[in-house]
Amino acid sequence: MALLEVRGLTKKFGGLVAVRAVDLAIEESKIAALIGPNGAGKTTLFNVLTGLYRPDEGEIRFQNRSLRGATADRITRAGICRTFQNIRLFGEMSVLENVLVGMHARIPLTLADVLLRRARSRAEETRARGRASELLGLVGLQGREDIWARRLSYGEQRRLEVARALASAPKLLLLDEPTAGMNPSEAQTLMALLKKLVGAEVRSILLIEHNMRVVMGISDRITVLDHGEKIAEGTPDDVCKDPRVIEAYLGRGTWECNAQS
Amino acid sequence: MKNLFVTAGLAGYIGLTSFLVYSFPRSVSAFLLFEASLLFIYYAPVAHAAKLSFAAIVLIVLMPLLGSIEGYYLEVAVQIGIFAALALGLNIVVGFVGLLNLGFVAFYAIGAYLWAIFGSHQANAFIPGGYFPLAPGWFFVFLPLAVAVGAGTGVLLGLPVLRLRGDYLAIVTLGFAEVVRALVNNLDKPVNLTNGPRGITPIERPPLFFQPLLEFLGFHPDPAAVYPVYFYFLVLTLLLIIIFVTRRLENSPIGRAWKAVREDEIAAVAMGIPVVRMKLLAFAVGASFAAAIGVLFAAKQGFINPESFTFMESIGVLAMVILGGMGSIPGAILGATIVTILNLQLLKGLSLWLNALRQSGTILAIPLLGNFDLSQIPAQFEPAKYERMVFGLILILMMIFRPQGFLPPRQGGSTELTTGGSTKLTTGGEK
Repeated sequence: MALLEVRGLTKKFGGLVAVRAVDLAIEESKIAALIGPNGAGKTTLFNVLTGLYRPDEGEIRFQNRSLRGATADRITRAGICRTFQNIRLFGEMSVLENVLVGMHARIPLTLADVLLRRARSRAEETRARGRASELLGLVGLQGREDIWARRLSYGEQRRLEVARALASAPKLLLLDEPTAGMNPSEAQTLMALLKKLVGAEVRSILLIEHNMRVVMGISDRITVLDHGEKIAEGTPDDVCKDPRVIEAYLGRGTWECNAQS
Repeated sequence: MKNLFVTAGLAGYIGLTSFLVYSFPRSVSAFLLFEASLLFIYYAPVAHAAKLSFAAIVLIVLMPLLGSIEGYYLEVAVQIGIFAALALGLNIVVGFVGLLNLGFVAFYAIGAYLWAIFGSHQANAFIPGGYFPLAPGWFFVFLPLAVAVGAGTGVLLGLPVLRLRGDYLAIVTLGFAEVVRALVNNLDKPVNLTNGPRGITPIERPPLFFQPLLEFLGFHPDPAAVYPVYFYFLVLTLLLIIIFVTRRLENSPIGRAWKAVREDEIAAVAMGIPVVRMKLLAFAVGASFAAAIGVLFAAKQGFINPESFTFMESIGVLAMVILGGMGSIPGAILGATIVTILNLQLLKGLSLWLNALRQSGTILAIPLLGNFDLSQIPAQFEPAKYERMVFGLILILMMIFRPQGFLPPRQGGSTELTTGGSTKLTTGGEK
């Protein structure tokens, strides 16, 4: 049984069909990648999966339960959380607070708990802070807890986004161009981290990525979108040999199959 | 050792300024210096407990004592308290959640009218039986009732408008406040609910429940002297409760969720925050503060009419929040203090001084420019007449030189050069 199953998903903006009848299945304990040229509908697909957009047609099933009509915050509660292509941190909140906000859905507190500061709310707060520090350590941001998120460097901000998403205890982690703007060694570190996450912190990862070195290096399965349609799917080897993918995205001769595996 | 010096200095300053106020009960400057002691206490590098004790001495002992010498100071303190409560309420909506609310005074009006109608003969006009005014003791029932009604109206207003952002939300809240004002202005027919523009008076004051205790202790004070002090302590208590609640909320998952919504609504919802619920909660909490302090205001004034709840009041409270620093509890209180003192004391004081100059008939000789007869200064120059202009000027200067307000929320990254916080009134449109 796949963790996430998407069938016939279509999203239109007026006359423009951004995503057209896409099927997608993400298996347990796998890293899946979504690639394709700019404007292919990758981020739109993410936005539909996370509830920011309503799909026009199609079915999304997560852990065999339909997510039809679910709002974004409910989808996060259900166990899908994401990062953003253009970093969307809470700039004037501390690094630690950013991660704590990510935990919001997992802190079961009522207004009365907060106002009366019951033992339960203090315990929850201590637990949440402990977990947040742990996650910051995982992405290599220990010691940066108290500074404002907008003061972090670009690469640090990307890693903080990953930590914040992990804080919501997602089963499926969606990463929108996690290595954009990173230098090769930073990207390498992040890849290693992602590999470590699967099976430990999260069950599966779906990532959008333009850096083919990263994609080919860590993906178990690749889906290729072009003009909102799925044009190919398969293992990295299959996909990079596919003539349609080469035509639409990879380009002839720019990528050697098996150069990285 | 250093702490000892600071503590002694603080104590000395407080003692000296109290003595000054005591010796010159008419001097505005003396009172300002005394009021500033609270600011020094806030900033002083001493232990938390020491700060609290100093603040307690100033607020609980010295202020009422000095107020009994010059009653006007107590009135100023009560006004500051009322506006600080309003500013703290608005700070939740504007400062924490980043929703620009230009009609905050509506909730204040709702609280005030709630008690004014039932705590006076007014309710007899539509509920037969002559039960009204309610006994003074009901005042303490109406405080929590106003919290509930305020929260309810906050949610009611919030439900339809929270889809809007920034400028649009501001306009709708402004409209809401005008609707409330128009309603209280016109609901004297066909059934006389609010007595329209004539307002409601007299309104019951809270009961002097401690009277037997005072008499037992051998005091027989004149109620006219007791009420100002009594109201002072009521406002102080309410303000402390509001500060307490705000602090608890701020440092909780709820407060973090609020700030996350302010910083980036889309990211907030993607992190599992139920944005609409959180905004409604903020509206409800802010409105309940305003409504509760409204009840107190009605009881203190003994008379209210729609003129007390104009758009300018909303703007005034917003200015306090911006001046003090959005999203900051001490900021909101400082903002309320500055604006109130400016209105009630500084500008009036300057006007008096100008009048005195005029009447003294001094002729000022300035080299090259000739002689100026000070008695010729036209009356139009009185600073009190420029209240709004001075106000606007201060706000403009603030936006240029210190956009984050006097006491902005603590900034992360104190080790780095701060480029100045940019917590701003977002119009939300750019997201």
